[in-house]
Amino acid sequence: MLEINNLHVKLQDEDKAILKGLSLSVEAGSVHAIMGPNGSGKSTLSYVLAGRDGYEVTDGTATLDGESLLDMEPEERAAHGLFLAFQYPVEIPGVGNMTFLRTAVNAQRKARGEPELSSGEFLKVIRAKAKDLKIDAEMLKRPVNVGFSGGEKKRNEILQMAMLEPRMCILDETDSGLDVDAMKLVAEGVNALRSEGRAFLVITHYQRLLDHIKPDVVHIMANGRIIKTGGPELALEVEENGYADILAEVQA
Amino acid sequence: MSAAASPRAARRAARQQATAERLAGLTLPTAPAWLKPAREAALARVAELTLPDRRDEYWSYTNPEKLISAEVRPAEVFKITDEPPMYQGIDRLKIVFVDGVFSAADSDPLAGEGLEITRLAESADIHWAKDLYGTLEAMGQSPVPRPLAALNSALATDGVLIRATGKVKRPVSLIYRRAGRDSAVTLHHVVKLEKGAELTLLENGPVAARASMVIEAEVGEGAALHHVRTMGRDHERKAVTHVFARVAEKATLKSFSLSMNGRLMRNEVMVWLAGKDGTAHVAGAALGEGAFHHDDTVFVAHQAPGCESRQVFKKVLRDGAVGVFQGKILVEQAAQLTDGYQLSQSLLMDERCQFLAKPELEIYADDVKCSHGSTSGEISADHLFYLRARGVPEEEAKLLLVLAFLAEALDEIDDEDIANDMRLRLRRWLERHSH
Repeated sequence: MLEINNLHVKLQDEDKAILKGLSLSVEAGSVHAIMGPNGSGKSTLSYVLAGRDGYEVTDGTATLDGESLLDMEPEERAAHGLFLAFQYPVEIPGVGNMTFLRTAVNAQRKARGEPELSSGEFLKVIRAKAKDLKIDAEMLKRPVNVGFSGGEKKRNEILQMAMLEPRMCILDETDSGLDVDAMKLVAEGVNALRSEGRAFLVITHYQRLLDHIKPDVVHIMANGRIIKTGGPELALEVEENGYADILAEVQA
Repeated sequence: MSAAASPRAARRAARQQATAERLAGLTLPTAPAWLKPAREAALARVAELTLPDRRDEYWSYTNPEKLISAEVRPAEVFKITDEPPMYQGIDRLKIVFVDGVFSAADSDPLAGEGLEITRLAESADIHWAKDLYGTLEAMGQSPVPRPLAALNSALATDGVLIRATGKVKRPVSLIYRRAGRDSAVTLHHVVKLEKGAELTLLENGPVAARASMVIEAEVGEGAALHHVRTMGRDHERKAVTHVFARVAEKATLKSFSLSMNGRLMRNEVMVWLAGKDGTAHVAGAALGEGAFHHDDTVFVAHQAPGCESRQVFKKVLRDGAVGVFQGKILVEQAAQLTDGYQLSQSLLMDERCQFLAKPELEIYADDVKCSHGSTSGEISADHLFYLRARGVPEEEAKLLLVLAFLAEALDEIDDEDIANDMRLRLRRWLERHSH
C-alpha cells in the first residue's frame, strides 16, 4: 500500500539532510511500527509523507497504492486516503471542531466524487464515534483543540481518523504526553479501525504503546534510515536494552 | 505685532485661514428652522477648532484632505447584482435615503410601538432633540477636537430623530442608496432612549461618493441601544462617521461596524460611560484590498464606577491595503472597578499591507482592570497545514481561518440573524477575493 523507496530529504532552508535513503513497504491490513532515538528523522518522515512545507525531497519516491504522494498537495494526499495523527495537534481558535470535521469529510468526499454528507447524517455518525472515544458533545462544539488536555487532543485526532476513514494511517508519537488510561483509550480507538483494507504506521519512542497496538512489523530508524526490521520481539529488545546495542550491531 | 511670530502661532494662523477659506463658500441649510442656532454654533466650533490636516497627531495615520476638500470626486455607483439585499428576512422599519434624500416611496411609515420618529429636515421644534443636537458632538470635542463632526452638525441636510420610550421590537433600519455618481451626503441622526428602553438601529448602504454621518445617542438609565452599521462593496467610497454616545447607569451601548472595500474611511466612536454599572461594546470588522484605507478611532471614557467596556476590531487586508486603529480607554478618578478591554488585530494577506495601531490606556482610578492588545500577522502556516492535512483544500482552509480570525468581532453582535447575514457577506467577500 505505502511504498517508500530510497527517500532522501533535506530541510528547504538549510543544507541539512534528514532522511538519507529510507525504504519501507507497508502492506494493506498490517501495522508497522517505527522506533528510533531522538533526531533519527521519524517526525520528518511523517511530515514529508503528509506534505508539510519546509522540506525538500532530493531523491527517492513515496507512493500510496502506486500513486506518487510527493507530487500531491496535502489535501490531495488526504483525499487519497493518507492520514497523519499529529504529535502536537494545533489549536485553532474560532474554528469549531464540528465545522472543521464536517468541512474535511465533505471536502474529501467531493474530491473523490462521492456525495457529501448532510448535516443530519454527519451528526449521527460523529456522535456515535465520539461516544466510543469518550469525547463529549461539549468538546465537539468547542474550537479545534482549544483548551483540550493532552489526552483530549490525541483522542480528537483519533476521532478525526475514524470520521475520515483513511486507508493509510500514520500515528506520530500518539502516545507522547498520555497517561496509561488515555493511552489505552487511544489504542482501543486505533484497534477498532484495524481492517484488511487499512494499514498503520505507528511512530513511537517507546514499546509501551505497542503493548496496546500490536504491530506486525517493527522497524528501527536511525540517522535517516531504517537500520533494522523485525517482528514484535524487536520492540521488546529495544525496551530492554535501548538503541545502543542495535546501533552498534548495525555499525559493526 | 512682533515680526517674528512663533512657528506655532504661524501654523495656527495658516490653519485658521485655510479653514475660513473652506467655510466661506458654505451656506447652512435652512430646514428645520429650529436648528439654526445649533448649526451656527457648530460652524463657530469648526472655525475655532480649525479643520485638521496630516500634521495633527490625531490624523497622523489618515490624511483628512479628501474628506474635507470643497471638491468631491465623483464615484461610479456600484450595483450589487450577485447577492440579496441585506437583512432581507428581518422584520424592520425601513427608512430609505437615496443620495442622502429621504425617499418616502421606499420607506415604511415613520411610526412604531414605543417609538417616536421623525425626519430631521421636517421636524418641528422638539424639545428633547433640541437639547441633544450638537450637544454630545460639542462635548466630544475634548480632549481631542473632531471638527469634521462639528462641520456635519452645521451642514447636515437631513437625518432622523428617534426617541424610544419602551422596548422596541422592530429594528429601525436606515438604508442609504446611491443614484448619482457625484453625490456628497451629510446626515445627522439623534437618538434618545428613555429609561429602560431598547432599540436596535441598523445602517447599511453605500451612502455617497463622499459621506459624513453623525449619530448622537443618549442612552438612558437601564436602556440598551444596539447599533450595527455596514458599508459594503463599493470601491470608491469615502466616508467619515462619528458616533457620540452617552451611557447612563446600568445602560448598554453596543455598536458594531462592518466595512468592505471603499477608498477612505474614518469611523470615530466616542462613548461616555456616565452612570455606574454601564456597558459599552464597540466592535468592527473591515476587509479591503488595494487602495483601501480604513481607520477606526475609538475613545471610551469611564466616568462612573463599575462599568464594563470592550473594543474589538479586526481587519483583513490584502494587496497593499492599509488599516488604522486608534483606540483609547480613559478611566477617570471616580471610575473605580472599571473593566476595560481593547483588542485590535489585523490579518495581513501579503507583505504590502500595513496596519498602523495606537492603543492607549489612561487611568486615574486605582482599582481597575484594563487590558489591551494589538497584533498584526499572516495566516498561521501550522493552522493551514493542519486543515489541509485533513483534506480541506487550501482556499477553503484559508477562508475558514480568516472567518475564525474575524469571529471575536462578529460575536459582539447579539442578534444571531443579523450576525449570520454578516457572516454570509464576509464569506462571499472572501470567496470573491481569494486568489
